Amino acid sequence: MKKKAPAGAVRITLGEVEELLFREAALLDEWRLDEWLALLTGDARYQVPSNDRPDADPASALFTIADDIARIRARVTRLKDKNAHAEHPHSRTRRMISNVRIVEREGDALRVEANFVVWRFRRDERVREYVGRYRYRLRVESGEMKIAKREALIDAMELGSLGSVSFIL
Amino acid sequence: MNDRPLVLNEASSFRVNRATMVDPEILELERRRVFDVCWIYVGHESEVRSAGDFRTRTVCGRPVIFCRDSKSAVRVFLNTCRHRGAMVCREAEGNAKIHTCFYHGWSYDRDGRLDGVPGEKDYPESFRKSDHGLAEPPRVESYRGFVFLNFDPQATPLDEYLAGAREYIDLVIDQSPSGQMEVIQGTQDYEIRANWKLLVENSFDDYHLLTTHSTWLDYLKNAGVKMQRPDRDHLLPSHGIGKPLGHGHATTDNVNFRGRPVAKWIPVYGESAKPEIERIRAELAARLGEARAARVADTNRNLIIFPNLLLADGSSVTIRTFYPLAPDRMRVCAWALGPKEETPSARAIRLDAFLTFYGPGGLATPDDVEALEMVQAGIAATHREVPWSVMSRGMAKTGDQLNSDELHLRAFWMQWDRLMRAEPHAAQ
Repeated sequence: MKKKAPAGAVRITLGEVEELLFREAALLDEWRLDEWLALLTGDARYQVPSNDRPDADPASALFTIADDIARIRARVTRLKDKNAHAEHPHSRTRRMISNVRIVEREGDALRVEANFVVWRFRRDERVREYVGRYRYRLRVESGEMKIAKREALIDAMELGSLGSVSFIL
Repeated sequence: MNDRPLVLNEASSFRVNRATMVDPEILELERRRVFDVCWIYVGHESEVRSAGDFRTRTVCGRPVIFCRDSKSAVRVFLNTCRHRGAMVCREAEGNAKIHTCFYHGWSYDRDGRLDGVPGEKDYPESFRKSDHGLAEPPRVESYRGFVFLNFDPQATPLDEYLAGAREYIDLVIDQSPSGQMEVIQGTQDYEIRANWKLLVENSFDDYHLLTTHSTWLDYLKNAGVKMQRPDRDHLLPSHGIGKPLGHGHATTDNVNFRGRPVAKWIPVYGESAKPEIERIRAELAARLGEARAARVADTNRNLIIFPNLLLADGSSVTIRTFYPLAPDRMRVCAWALGPKEETPSARAIRLDAFLTFYGPGGLATPDDVEALEMVQAGIAATHREVPWSVMSRGMAKTGDQLNSDELHLRAFWMQWDRLMRAEPHAAQ
């Protein structure tokens, strides 16, 4: 599966990939959303497919979230507004990222997969556990490794008692 | 509970008792007097296309198999084995010639007939397989692709039941050149910790738009959508009315500002989408005439079909149905609907437009969910001290009943009250 990096390209290590993913998790848990945006490429996408169609294409299937970079930025603008009622006061989240694997190398781009558990807490509410798998596409942009695509695939058969995905999963 | 009024409808005051959202006895009565006598949405014919196609789902609290039989007719079976009751079909969707209960191996064909019984010879002679086919709800009927069931054998026919709602369903169907809409793959299936009737109210209450969805209005504005910014005197960016349609059904009917895949372009779709939307609009005008095309394309409507179906023909078309799991908890299922012959690029615009507002990851619906859960949390322990919610907007007013008034909400509640007070059959 793994393709050879072109001559001269820097070979990114698994450690560097993990560091990026862990940094992203920390920024999201701390609601440092502008800093999180800086981890994304200028054409980044963020997707959460419907639970019954995890491998579908958002052009032909209804998703829960299918953002291009403009929508991601709009989502962040919204989440920073106190009138984003579903996330104000902000949920507390704690993300556990594990089983990180580089599944494909393509020049200076990488396909990466990882497992996640995200706990979401709100005042006087049940704990919600979002369990699933990330599919990332990472790319070197201006000498920095950035996130070109992140897909969060929730394992639950339906969203059910998880309710909304109103924060950035 | 019949001795206390739950809905107070007076000359210039309309109030709903908050116990209706909290009391388990009221929910039990609702199951019998509302859900078991009304036409309840099962699914859309496009979800099962060929003989043997099936989907399992919960409708009106019952597990059902929604399917096409050997002659490709749409059928609904109760998903319980006639032997000892196990759910026969455990897959969410698929195609099957035979459904076999794994417990003792009884199997049923696509027409619901009992086909195989292991060790059949050991039953008494009086045992007939033909007596033990999968059970069906007493009534299953459809209107323009939307399939409903009714557990009341004496119910009025669906066409008649839908009353004025048919006109508004037809407006949705008119988006398709062939008159065929289809459910697009991908189900939004989630729970809300609130009474199901709060979602009825919320689904077509435009009074909350300015305050609950200000971030969505900001999003549209930042994306370049031109609109009159609402203020405290002008609550909505465009004119719209609320309209009862009979039998508890009601709709909003609004001048569109939010864009429509069929067919009103807004900057959110991108410049490259403009020619496609114009082409769809031209087809609409050629087929329906300018006036009807404008009706389809330049208005948006949230239609509640009593008691628990929403057809929201707004930023995109969504079918949303919901069912109480407990007084303070409901299950919501939502799908996107589009014209069958839509091009892949138009379909992509439709689905993207859907997600700008609707669904558990949309830029608006999560705030609705939050509002409903806050209502439930607010009333759960206080409804005895603060028993009444106020629903009088627009009462005793001359002129239009606006979408931000509450005439259409009151229409729902009056039908609910009528059914809840009556012994089954007396109210119809």
